[in-house]
Amino acid sequence: MTPVTFDLDRAWRVDPRVSMRPEPFGALLYHFGTRRLSFLKNQTVLAVVRSLADHPSARAACLASGVAEAELPAYARALAALASSKMITERISHDSGS
Amino acid sequence: MPEVSTTGHEAETEALTSDELLVEEVSIDGMCGVY
Amino acid sequence: MTLAPDMGTSPGKLTDLFQLGLDAPICLTWELTYACNLSCVHCLSSSGRRDPRELTTGECKAVIDTLQRMQVFYVNIGGGEPTVRPDFWELVDYATAHHVGVKFSTNGVRLDAAAAARLAASDYVDVQISLDGATREVNDAVRGPGSFDTAMRAMQNLRDAGFQGFKLSVVMTRQNIPQIDSFKEIADRFGAQLRLTRLRPSGRGADVWDELHPLPSQQRELYEWLVAHGEQVLTGDSFFHLSAFGSALPGLNLCGAGRVVCLIDPVGDVYACPFAIHENFLAGNVRGAGGFEAVWRSSALFADLRKPDTGGACKSCGFYDSCRGGCMAAKFFTGLPMDGPDPECVQGYGQAALAAAPAVAAPRPSVDHSHRTAPRSARGPVPVSIGRRRPSAHDCDESPLAGFAAAEANG
Repeated sequence: MTPVTFDLDRAWRVDPRVSMRPEPFGALLYHFGTRRLSFLKNQTVLAVVRSLADHPSARAACLASGVAEAELPAYARALAALASSKMITERISHDSGS
Repeated sequence: MPEVSTTGHEAETEALTSDELLVEEVSIDGMCGVY
Repeated sequence: MTLAPDMGTSPGKLTDLFQLGLDAPICLTWELTYACNLSCVHCLSSSGRRDPRELTTGECKAVIDTLQRMQVFYVNIGGGEPTVRPDFWELVDYATAHHVGVKFSTNGVRLDAAAAARLAASDYVDVQISLDGATREVNDAVRGPGSFDTAMRAMQNLRDAGFQGFKLSVVMTRQNIPQIDSFKEIADRFGAQLRLTRLRPSGRGADVWDELHPLPSQQRELYEWLVAHGEQVLTGDSFFHLSAFGSALPGLNLCGAGRVVCLIDPVGDVYACPFAIHENFLAGNVRGAGGFEAVWRSSALFADLRKPDTGGACKSCGFYDSCRGGCMAAKFFTGLPMDGPDPECVQGYGQAALAAAPAVAAPRPSVDHSHRTAPRSARGPVPVSIGRRRPSAHDCDESPLAGFAAAEANG
């Protein structure tokens, strides 16, 4: 597993091969390509992940989902784990109108 | 600028013991009851 | 837009959350048919003959529609031998087209070059080849003459077609544990990933359990090997009872039956687990009102399995946290109580429990689709299926008049 330096200020999105399934306690993510399963352990991290594609940066997605500044490192660690297992990938195209 | 550097491996090995991680990875093969 | 409150939703341990059951299975085992070209002596589903009530193609597609709606991520299709169903490929294609991943378990009988090419071209289908000996002698003693060659040919076809990473699945027995390094070598040779699973006394496995289940010293050997090689090898988490030897093995170390996974059998019966095909573990049928979804969500059996586990007689053992009392099916089919140790408890509590248990026959499933004249290897154990029909009270009575009405006795 290669180390991932997670950049909160880049644009991210959920990989299209990932199926996201909400659960009462958070969500399950299954990647059909890698066959790996990730488990999101609360509703907030689910909200962040779901909204990644709608925001110009992961930081913006976090803040919009109610993550406090002090909590950002924990959420960045979570997103780093998802990135290293290819559940989320960087967006390379610019949002229209940004 | 709170840029976090971490390794995916570190996140995984902590997964089963740390209650603070918000994401855990699970082996899709790792649940008993499927042959 | 409301902000989702984070307080009070502290992430719990994954195992605790899974223990209580999910809204839908993560994956499940789906036995498509009881028909099989083989008669493996340890078959967990006692397969061989097709059941006349098996789900039709249309009914199977309806199940797939349900699984899609519930977002079950994938199905592990097996049987019997699933590829002998004429609609096998149609169902696989239907599943993948409806976002349900497929892994199917096969003895390789229908995996010719064309089938291998078809599989290699699909991203959403995985294959698992069954093999229980690294040599023809050891394998065919369990799976029947010709089965070793069939599996080898299938794996060769998969490799030739460029299918990287299919699974080679082995049930660990007293006879093949000494071959464990050879299994790894075979998997490496074909570019496959090795998968080792536990023998349970389920189905025909009950008949050969005494002679095939690993000896205590072999359990230790297996544990050490898994600790050394576990990263490269899959186990389906079926060895969590070995975690009591020391540090926990990789995996959830959790029984997923009825909580995270379950079985749909060829006639649509839903069981907690493929190793527990018995009416005590029957949750319902997909043909019932509400289909599979209603069974998963509302069956009394599954509600019971999802209650927090109190540990029972194993509560005081220091290893309970990682072994969780072992395998429900292993306990049930050896006649042990559910709230006590696994028959193969590595601390020896299972052996003690078996010795102390009353001499009553262990439960047998009423479902048996074994071939009536089972082909068997000349050197292998004889598969025997003992029916559940109880003899009438007077069958053993010494009096020749037992069972006749009093009026006729004067004849």
